[in-house]
Amino acid sequence: MTLCLNFNFIKEKIKNRIVGIAGCGGIGSNCAASLVRSGIQNLIIADFDLVSEDNLNRQFYFYNQIGQKKVFALKENLLKINPYCNIVAYDIFLNFENIVEIFKNVDVLVEAFDESFMKKTIIEAKIQHLPNVPLIVANGVAGLFKINEIKEISFDNIFIFGDGISEVNENNPCLAPKVSIIANMQANKVLELLLNK
Amino acid sequence: MKITINGIPELINEEKITVSDLLKIKKFTFKMIIVRINGKVINKEDYDKTYISEGDDVQVIHLISGG
Repeated sequence: MTLCLNFNFIKEKIKNRIVGIAGCGGIGSNCAASLVRSGIQNLIIADFDLVSEDNLNRQFYFYNQIGQKKVFALKENLLKINPYCNIVAYDIFLNFENIVEIFKNVDVLVEAFDESFMKKTIIEAKIQHLPNVPLIVANGVAGLFKINEIKEISFDNIFIFGDGISEVNENNPCLAPKVSIIANMQANKVLELLLNK
Repeated sequence: MKITINGIPELINEEKITVSDLLKIKKFTFKMIIVRINGKVINKEDYDKTYISEGDDVQVIHLISGG
């Protein structure tokens, strides 16, 4: 498919679309920033956590935001990129039921959780209750290595990006370069899906 | 029977097995997985009653923490 990728065309085409971001850590905060830079004007973001000093190695927050709720800090940072965008921020611990409730009207949903249990939960919620909402998942983002093994797996309107292997632990932390690469692959997929709509 | 698991052809001694059996045989003990058979996602509740047969394409996706 050939698309006219003039930036004004892109912005016009996506300006009324709504993107959901489930989790505002390394994946969610970086993905949201790229989407706002690309012209996304309506975002629904959700997270329960606070910004900590450890987060600054990869997440789109600043030193003076340590201790703040991530959703509100992220909203503030995204509005610095585009003060005209609409960011709905939910300070909430997401689960199967409220994922469906909060994100039922989005055009695309980005999975940006840390824990594998939550990744499984959102995939199941999508399959059972949000069949028409594309879900873009990060899977295997930790560490420095296996960059050339990052791939996309897609099925049933679910798109999974990552190396599929690298799990986070004390000796294999999540770091800015690889996390940002995968968050931006997810953001790119969001745009691709919205522009093809 | 011959099936494909994550793109690799494998020979399984039984002729007909459930998803639960296959997970045991292959020692996929990790809980955070998505199982697809010939492209269709199998719900966890159906692992005991969904059969895998000759020629099936099985995909087991491990969900990995980190984000």
